[in-house]
Formats: sequence, C-alpha cells, structure tokens
Amino acid sequence: MADKEYAYYSGCSLEGTAKEYDMSLRLVMKALGATLTEPHDWSCCGSTPAHTVDHVFAAALAARNLAIVEKMNVHTLTTPCPSCLMVLKKAHLGMTGDESFKNEVNALLDEPYEGNVISKSSLQVIYEDIGLDAIADRVTYAFPDLKVVPYYGCILNRPPDIAQFDDPENPIAMDRVISALGVEVRDYAFKTECCGAAFGVPKRAMVNELTHKVLSMAIDAGANCIAVACPLCQQNLDLRQEQVNRAMGASFNIPILYFTQIMGLAYGFSPEELGMDMLVVSADHLIRSRMPIEEYRKMKEAEAAQAKKAPKAKEAKEAAKTEES
Amino acid sequence: MRVGVFICHCGNNIAGTVDVAKVAAETRKLPGVVYATNYMYTCSEPGQEEIKQAIQKENLDRVVVAACSPRMHENTFRKTVEKAGLNRYFFEMANIREHISWIGEDKELNTNKAIEAVKMAVAKVMNDKPLYSSSFKVNKRVMVIGGGVAGMQAALDCADGGLDVVLVEKSPSIGGMMARLDKTFPTIDCSICILGPKMVDVAQHEKIKLYAYSEIEEIKGYVGNYQVKIRKKATYVDWTKCTGCGACMEKCPTRNAYDHFNFGVAPTRAINIPFPQAIPKKAKIDPTFCRQFTKGKCGVCAKICPTGAINYEMEDEIVTEDIGAIVVATGYGLFDLDKFPEYGAGRYPDVITGIQYERILNASGPTSGHILRPSDQTEPKTVVFVSCAGSRDKSLGVPYCSNFCCMYIAKQAILTKDHVPDSQSYVFYMDIRSPGKGYDEFTRRAQEDYGVKYIRGRVSRIYPKGKKMVVRGADTLLGTQVEIEADLVVLATAVISAPGAANMAEKLHISYDTFGFYVESHPKLRPVETNTSGVFLAGACQGPKDIPASVGQGSAAASKVLSLFSKDMLESDPAIAQVNINACVGCLKCVKTCPFQAIKEEVLRSGKKVAKVIETVCAGCGVCTSTCPCGAIQLQHFTDNQLLAEVNAICQS
Repeated sequence: MADKEYAYYSGCSLEGTAKEYDMSLRLVMKALGATLTEPHDWSCCGSTPAHTVDHVFAAALAARNLAIVEKMNVHTLTTPCPSCLMVLKKAHLGMTGDESFKNEVNALLDEPYEGNVISKSSLQVIYEDIGLDAIADRVTYAFPDLKVVPYYGCILNRPPDIAQFDDPENPIAMDRVISALGVEVRDYAFKTECCGAAFGVPKRAMVNELTHKVLSMAIDAGANCIAVACPLCQQNLDLRQEQVNRAMGASFNIPILYFTQIMGLAYGFSPEELGMDMLVVSADHLIRSRMPIEEYRKMKEAEAAQAKKAPKAKEAKEAAKTEES
Repeated sequence: MRVGVFICHCGNNIAGTVDVAKVAAETRKLPGVVYATNYMYTCSEPGQEEIKQAIQKENLDRVVVAACSPRMHENTFRKTVEKAGLNRYFFEMANIREHISWIGEDKELNTNKAIEAVKMAVAKVMNDKPLYSSSFKVNKRVMVIGGGVAGMQAALDCADGGLDVVLVEKSPSIGGMMARLDKTFPTIDCSICILGPKMVDVAQHEKIKLYAYSEIEEIKGYVGNYQVKIRKKATYVDWTKCTGCGACMEKCPTRNAYDHFNFGVAPTRAINIPFPQAIPKKAKIDPTFCRQFTKGKCGVCAKICPTGAINYEMEDEIVTEDIGAIVVATGYGLFDLDKFPEYGAGRYPDVITGIQYERILNASGPTSGHILRPSDQTEPKTVVFVSCAGSRDKSLGVPYCSNFCCMYIAKQAILTKDHVPDSQSYVFYMDIRSPGKGYDEFTRRAQEDYGVKYIRGRVSRIYPKGKKMVVRGADTLLGTQVEIEADLVVLATAVISAPGAANMAEKLHISYDTFGFYVESHPKLRPVETNTSGVFLAGACQGPKDIPASVGQGSAAASKVLSLFSKDMLESDPAIAQVNINACVGCLKCVKTCPFQAIKEEVLRSGKKVAKVIETVCAGCGVCTSTCPCGAIQLQHFTDNQLLAEVNAICQS
C-alpha cells in the first residue's frame, strides 16, 4: 500500500507526556499498512504562545515544518496532536489564500513554503484514508465489557473553516472508528465540552468543575472508559482525576485511553507495547477483559443457542432472581 | 432637426455636485441643439410646462432631459412630450443623478461627465425613430399559486371582483401554515376557526377553480395571455368518488408514514386526510410508505372504500389553463433541526421546533391538544423556548430576522401556562421584536401576567441529563452562565424560502434574492408587483411575514390584478425586437437564445426560412440582437445605429 505514505509530525507532547499516544499510533498505522516518515530536523509548531503574540511569527514557526515536508516528496502530513494540526492548517490556509501574508512569512524562513502540503489529523487519516472496513478487518480481540465514550475536546474540529473535518458540534469520526473495532460506543453529549485543561495552572477551581462535568457525563452515559485524541485532554482528564475527586467529593476511577490504544488492544498488541503502564488511572481491568475474537464469537454463538433452546426457562430464572432481590 | 435639452437640479441632489449651468451652456454648442436650459425640478408641473412651451416656441422635434434614472421619470416625460404633439419615443433621458452626482464628489469631474452623458443622449435622440404601440386582448382569468392565507385572500378578492380564478395548491389541502397553527397572536383566537370559513368560501365560490395536490409544470406567454401547464399529481384515490369518510385511514395497516401536516411530531397512515377541516377533504396515498407500493401487496384501503375510489394505477395528469395574470403566494419554509448539532440535531426527541409545538398544542394535533412531550408522553413542567434558532445567524446563511418568532414564542408560552398551570416557561432571546398593533403589550403580558421568564442571551448547548434536557446559555444582563433543566425545549427555527422557490421563480421569469425570497418591483412603492408585468406577489414568498401582513398583501395583489383587468385591451411596448427579413439567413440562433420563446421560424412565400418575433411575447431584453451573426434582428429604440451614435458622441471629444 504505497499510497498510504505520510510525513509524521508528532509534536512535542508525543515525545513527553503523551509518549504512549506516539507508541500506539505508530503500531496501529503500521498494522493498517500506512507508512509514517518523520521529517528531518522538525521544530516547534508554535502552538499556544506564538499566535497570541504575532500571527506572522506563529505561521513562520509552523511553515518551517511544512517547508521541510514539502521537500520530502510526500504530499500529506499527519499529526496526532490537534494543537499542532490547527497551527499547521492555519499557516497553510493563510499562506495559500493571501499572497502578501505568504511573502511576509516566507521572509522569515530560510526555505520558503510554497503551499503544497495537506495536513490531516491522524484520526482523519485513519477514518477517511484507511477507512472503517480496513479498521474492522484487522481486529483480533474483542472487549465484551468495554463501554466507551469518545471525547474530542475543543479544538480537534474547530474552528470549522480551518479544521474542515467532521462536525464542529457533534463529531462522529472517533465514534465510528471505535464502533468498527466491535467496541460498544455510548452516545455522549459532551464530546466537545471544554475540560478546562488550558487553565490547569492559573484557575484550578474552575478546571475542577469543568473536568468534573465531563467525567460525570461519561459515567451518566454508562461508560467505563473515555477515548481521546488529544494529548492535553488525556493529560487533564487522567492526571487530574484524583484532584477532582478530592475537590468535588467525587470518586471517579475511569481510564482515559487514546483511541489508538484501544485500536492497538483490539489488534492484539501487548499493553507494554502500547504504553498502557503510563496511564495514571489504571486500565488493567479493561485489558484483562479482552478475549480473542474467535473465542468471543464461540461464546456468543453458545449464548444464542442457549437462549433459543430455553427462552422461557431463562425468563423464569430471571424473574425469580428479581423477586429474590 | 431641433433638439431641446433640459438639465434638472433636483434640488441639491444634482446641482450640489454638478455645475448645471455649465452643462446647459456646453450643451447649447452641440450640433442639432437649438435650446438648452436648467431648472430646479424638471419633473414638477411648472418644469413639465416649460418643456411643453419650449416645444411650441422653439419648434422642437426632439427632447432630452438630463435628470434622474429613467426608471423614475422616463414615463412622466414621455407623456409630457406626447401632450405637446411629439412621438413619445422622440425623447431621451440622461441619468446624471444616480450615475453621476450621487456617486462622485469632485464637481469639475462630475460636470464633465454630465456633459458627456448629455452628448450621448442628444446623439441617441437624433437617431430615434417614431414608434407606435399596438394593443392586444386580455384574458381576464387569474391564477393564484399557493393556497395559504395570502393566496386564499387574493383568490377570494379576485373572485368577488368578478374574475375567474384558478387556485393551484401543491399539498393535498389548502390552508397553508395558518391551518397548522393553534391560536394566533395577539388575540389568542383559534387559527382554524378564523381560517376555516375562508377555506369553505374558496371551496364553494363558483368563480374559483381549485387544483389541490398540483404543481406548476410550465408557464408560457405574457401579461394578458399566459398558458400554464399544471401537473395534477397522482393521489391514487379518485377524488370524484372519495367522500372523505376516513374509513381507509382507520384501517390502513401502515402506521409509520411521515406526517407532513404535523411536521413529523407523530406518524400517520400511508393513506390519509391531512386534518379534519381539510379542503378538499379527500384521501391520498403516500407511495413511499404504502405497502401496495413498497411490497406489492396489501390492498386494504381498496377493499374497505365504500365508493371504490382507490386506484393504485393512477398517474400524474397534465392540464393546461389559459390565464391573464398570476399571483404568486408560495409561502415559506423552515430550518430543520439538523442545522443545530449543538442542540442535538434531532437526536433528542424532547427538543422540537416551534411549528411542531404548535401541532402539539392544537386540538386536532397528534396529542389532541394535551401538552405531552414526545419522548415519554408526559406533561412537561419546565419548557424552554430558544428564539433566533438560525435567524440572524450569518454562519448559517440567515442574516435576517424571521419576523414573527418573538410573537409566537410569547403566545406559546402563554398557552403552555394555560394548559399546564403549574408549569414554568423560559425564553432565551436576543431582542424582543414586537412592532405590531397590540404586539408589545402581548409580550409584556406573557412576562407580567403569565410569569414567563425572559433571559437575554443565546443558548450554547442542549444535552440530556436523566429524563431532563439541560439548556445551557448566557444571561447577558446578569453576565453569567445559566443552566435550566427543562422537560421540553422549543426552538424557533429560522424562516427560509419555500422549497423549490428558485425553480418556481425561473418558471415565472421573476427575480429572487440570495435567500430565495422573491423580489418586488420596488421595496417601498411597488411592494406586490414584480418586474415581470402580470405577475404579482403575496405573503411570505417575498420575505418572512405574519398573518395580517400576508392577508394585506393578498388583497393588495388582488387589487392590482383587478385594475390590470379593468381594461379590455392592453398596450404593447413597441421597443421590441424586429427582424429584417432581407438580412436574415435563417440560422435561427435567436430562437434558441430567446428566454421568452418569443421568436419562431417562418417560411416566406419564396421558400426562404426566416425568424419572426411574436410581438406580444417579446420582452425587449435584446439577447437575440447580440446573438444574430448578421445584424438582421434589431431591438427597436436600441438599434445598433442608435447605440453606435452614442458611442461616437463620447469618443469624438
């Protein structure tokens, strides 16, 4: 599958706090036949601080990386980090849409960016380029007990005219990808609700409240796991769970997994390979619940046969049970 | 040739930025010009009198007025010169106001430009030919498209005035949106109780011929003489036999058909009569749900029908009606819930639209007028209304106000309190827009007497929490975020143009704006006319409108038709295309390009094939003249020679 070649801009988080996102993404992409090539000498994307100060400077930081990718002869860049994606896309759209802006930015760069790189989130690549059928074909393990709500966060699909992918208010890409794995996905009203991560340091009380909302809505939706696609979301929901519990008198213990980790588990990779040990809230019980797909199918067939044989007996049994309780 | 030129000051409108005396002085130097003057208001009575006197005294045979746009006063001055004995086409107007004085600030440049404009007009007028209009007979039948309250009013007024009316309605019953409403603001009178008698009048009026469940297929012709093809859509029920007893609807086994009349609040049967007061009260099969069509077998309704009216083999039928004028009253459409992903996009059954709530409130609706929320059929105690759901939102392509939502929200909130006395309603609003007679008092009553809580701010998200719907929004007066746990949420979704509005406009040759609403001839002075003569507008097809405004326009359009038909003959405009048969090579490219089908092929006695313009159909657009490869077809009053004379006049200086 030579056509699935991507320049892989991991961004800084994936070398640090989100190492497990990097590990799981690389494994999953390889399993799905996509080749990721890291651009040589990539640098900071300029996210968060730069664009609050100077748009030209911010675009230049991003465009330096785009210029490197342009020389690689790969047309599509993929990044797992939504913050990186936004600044890369914003620089690209700004420079291709406005000649004078392009000249201003290129004046700051050693190598000019000509505007020939398409940037996509890794979720978009998996959802659109690889596709749900290919995702489903590779599954070797089932999760009978796993109930996931996908949490997209605030910037993966926003602003819509820059993201140009999925719905900004009710995105569905991650829902569909996880469903394709055979995992149960619950409808979740807070897919794009603010978790407050960016204010983690200056306004802790506010973040506690916002994170509490996101987590409790997941519990209300009947989930036992939250899937994410953003390093900042993961860090905030996972690392602060204990802090929220203490501040808000809650008792959350819900694992926050990168969607690529769930894919990796379904594809039979070991928890170590997927960096599952780096989670703060342990997902061990979920990992233990997975079973080979063949075994699962046999179990389901047996259950169905059983149910067919004695539907009344089962009902009576259950009725007796409820009476007892 | 003796040309007289009259330069108008238009108060300061022109004289403020154009040196009119200098324009007059320069004009006097032009060849052919024997008289030129400037005057304060040329269009005034003394101004016109001056023209007439100058024609007599100076023996003028051509007149130019340099003033405003010919759209304003060309007709005025044509009449003036005609009264003084000249042919009305020996007159030209130079537009030195809209084209010059209003748009440029430099007086010297403006003056030069005005002189050029006058030069062109003088050159044109010297090449003008006398033209004479002919007259043609008017077919005094009127067609009204759309059987909502505006269309019904127009139809009834025309019929009462003695005209034969053809009323075409696309859905199975007339009544439109108003038939779906429960009560009407600000009087809280029952909508169908006041509309019903009108509907009966339409049905019983001997002058009105009703085509229900029919659509306009094609419109040909011109004012006074239109031929309209109407598609009578297959209902699969012979309406001459159907008595409207409703037995078929009761026995139909398909219980999940989409109910268009109730906007899908609850399902209906595959064969149905939309509502008890429907006119005509006849049944119709929806083939997308009917088992006879989807599965090929059922036939229950055919068995049960006491008159044998069911006919599964029925096909669409095309009929042609000859008429003389058209009133367009095609109404409006509404945004669907899928436009609002942040409000659930239709995923939550207890988030509904205003028109759906109207059906829930209505005694003939699916809940028989008891307020029960769709999810679990329980009575809601907390109801939240969200105004401007889509309206005044550029990002959704609706920058305009939907006109009547503020009022119907207040009404629905009042009715909610009436139905469920221990309920509490909230309204999220941007502004309360209630500029009608008794309207503001009404919204105040909702707040003061019915305790409806108005919160000024937008709603950012609606999400489920247990059995409740949480509505989160801003209270911009308190400067805080609010969350209300509601049992039911009603969105006042934006009013948009009717589905298919653009397509209909193209059939009618009328203009429509970027939103699909039809454009009137003048926003203030010709509000129900269109730029196509013989076609009039009524109701919300021209823009969002409430009932009184729609009825007013219906009557206004009818009065325009009646005054048009007060003459037996109409005068045709002689400024139309004409074929020089000696130059015509018979390629007939003009036949293909004419947007009005006004040109046909003619074979001369010599056997030569040429193009022929049908005088009464030609609208004088001039498309054919630029298509003709040999200049054989010429638009009268705008011939190549006349236009080239204008070009020469400015290129020589």
